[in-house]
Amino acid sequence: MSYRHNIQLTEDKKLRHFLTIEGIPRNVLVEILNTAETFSSVANQAVKKVPLLRGKTIVNLFFENSTRTRTTFELAAKRLSADVLNLNISVSATSKGESLLDTLRNLEAMQSDMFVVRHAESGAAHFIAQHAPKHISVINAGDGWHAHPTQAMLDMFTIRRHFNDFYPLKVAIVGDILHSRVARSQIHALTTLGANEVRVIAPKTLIPVDINSMGVHVYHDLKQGLADVNVIIILRLQQERMAGAFLPSQQEYFHTYGLTQEKLEYASDDVIVMHPGPINRGVEIESLVADGERSVILEQVRNGIAVRMAIMSMAMGSYQAKQEGV
Amino acid sequence: MKILIKNGRLINPKNQFDNVVDVAIDAEKIFAIDNIPSDFIPQQTIDASGKWIIPGIVDLCARLREPGFEYKATIVSETTAAASAGITTMCCPPDTRPVIDNPSVADLIHHRALQHNKARVVTIGALTQGLQGEQVSEMVALKEAGTVGVGNALMPIKSTLVMRRAMEYAATHELTVFLYAEDPWLRGESVVHEGPVATRMGLEGNPEICETIAVSRDLALIEKTGVRAHFCRLSSLKAARMVARAQYDGLPVSADVSAHQLHLLDMDVGDYSSQYHVRPPLRSIRDRDGLRKAVNEKTINAICSDHQPHDLDAKIGPFSATSPGISSLETLLPLTMRLVKDKVMSLDVAIAALTYQPANILGLDLGYIEENAVADLCIYDPDHVWTLNPDNIQSRGLNTPFMGWEFEGRVTHTFLHGQCVFEL
Repeated sequence: MSYRHNIQLTEDKKLRHFLTIEGIPRNVLVEILNTAETFSSVANQAVKKVPLLRGKTIVNLFFENSTRTRTTFELAAKRLSADVLNLNISVSATSKGESLLDTLRNLEAMQSDMFVVRHAESGAAHFIAQHAPKHISVINAGDGWHAHPTQAMLDMFTIRRHFNDFYPLKVAIVGDILHSRVARSQIHALTTLGANEVRVIAPKTLIPVDINSMGVHVYHDLKQGLADVNVIIILRLQQERMAGAFLPSQQEYFHTYGLTQEKLEYASDDVIVMHPGPINRGVEIESLVADGERSVILEQVRNGIAVRMAIMSMAMGSYQAKQEGV
Repeated sequence: MKILIKNGRLINPKNQFDNVVDVAIDAEKIFAIDNIPSDFIPQQTIDASGKWIIPGIVDLCARLREPGFEYKATIVSETTAAASAGITTMCCPPDTRPVIDNPSVADLIHHRALQHNKARVVTIGALTQGLQGEQVSEMVALKEAGTVGVGNALMPIKSTLVMRRAMEYAATHELTVFLYAEDPWLRGESVVHEGPVATRMGLEGNPEICETIAVSRDLALIEKTGVRAHFCRLSSLKAARMVARAQYDGLPVSADVSAHQLHLLDMDVGDYSSQYHVRPPLRSIRDRDGLRKAVNEKTINAICSDHQPHDLDAKIGPFSATSPGISSLETLLPLTMRLVKDKVMSLDVAIAALTYQPANILGLDLGYIEENAVADLCIYDPDHVWTLNPDNIQSRGLNTPFMGWEFEGRVTHTFLHGQCVFEL
């Protein structure tokens, strides 16, 4: 068995890296949510900055294109008064490993303090955390199909603002679970925070094998799966799924798994509808629902900055505290 | 040279012999066992009290990386490592660069190995030219150059028609076909076993049907063509069962498994450690136990190293981007003996799967210790406790998940056709 110590935590169980929700204790997740709560007021101040990370350098290391996620990380870092360096690195298919390690070595020389990493390979953030110099914290901004933990935490933050407590909640995640790092991180977060029931709803082609081992119930019928749920999370459907023989067409997908006003009726009266974005209107969700009163999609975007501020300051803070012997 | 090995426990599964005896070697052969004639005057006497004498190991799959990948390892480095691990015969698959699809490459490998003379190296010729899966290779020329069989290494032969023709042609010339059963479409870009671990880690999974569908197709073709075939590196319980059924039905098929498949599991990959990246992937506990059982029942006739030494860079990177394979010559015997110690299999079954059974698959008159047999043997100290570490590993490849493992028992001497090629 190769479960070594959790590299995400310091010896005294504080956040060191944020690579995946898996293995992070419940109290740390709650601390992230509570800290984010204090930061969410910063956005409403005239000066939208706190000096927590003044003099620190944060490198956004994006091996995969993403404007949205990178921008929220950048804003979060700037509101913490850190210096931000954006690096978009396109990866050649042949020498991924080498270029990744070489990139790290080059960045070492630049005296940075934190890497925010997005990469197309699952496990890339772990790899970087293992190979980066000791003083650097690594935040995973999405690796392959594996994890997107900051997205999951901003979703948890949004859910908690609406329901206060996770225990009574039934949550349904609808769509391409197989290829979704967001779904995996949400499942870990919801089960760790104690949600009553987590369901995944998709055709068999888009459900990973043995997903029930992660503590979820599998549904193939949208109406049955949505019955009495308090939270619906709709995942984005990538175009390329048609080519891979996962699905016949967008039309048929919308017909069977697209969230419409009519299907929303099966859920609980207090249901909220979430989507990590960007939305494919008329593919996974109809506009009536996406823009409707149950939708909290824009709240999610807003909450992203506060939650990322919380995670960055906590990860950096724990190392500093250790250095200063606090 | 005349050598006398005294008071060793000779274990020879081929004739069920297990007793403390003296063994006399003269020139390249075993001269006598137990009743040593009084006029045999040895030039060297080795006291093997408390030690075992076992046949030299026959490893069905070891990549020496030469020609083509000398930055990973060479014939010199890997045959030296083999000698230190009690391996006297190693079989090299055709995926060198250039591919072993013509006599000159086979000659080169045989020649280099003979020159260095630390282990006997035999080769498998390419089943199709360039391993491309399209045109049948010049099998007669390869056979004349001494290759022990033909195979397509890890490259798939997608066309069932080409596979049929290749098998028919190999059958014509009485060559054994070595098959790596893997459906290329189901494999896709997968790097781990399809199951809860792949799901949790977000890695593309390799389902068991990837192996069983290929085994099923190949078994039908074997039955049709009558070729003698060997399935390499089985990884699933179901595939082992299918081979057992075929053997029961009288098909000329054998199979092997790598030693690490009998120990490691899919969940060992749990923290993205690239040292556990192997092909076929590590599967479930059910599969591992099924493979162990198949070795016990002799459905799987051989345990091999599946040695794949790598340069350091090949294993540095996110899991999917790293190269599969373990540098495993030096753990082949230790891992197998650990199964004996854990009572998974008897000593007899274990040694047989490392020696005369694989020799039979290769059509070689090796792997046993009897009078007049080729003197390939090792002396093994069952009480020697040691730890595998980067300082004592002989292979050029340091890529092994067993680094730091403590083993009980170690080869102290290796003899290759009567010559001592390793002494601890």
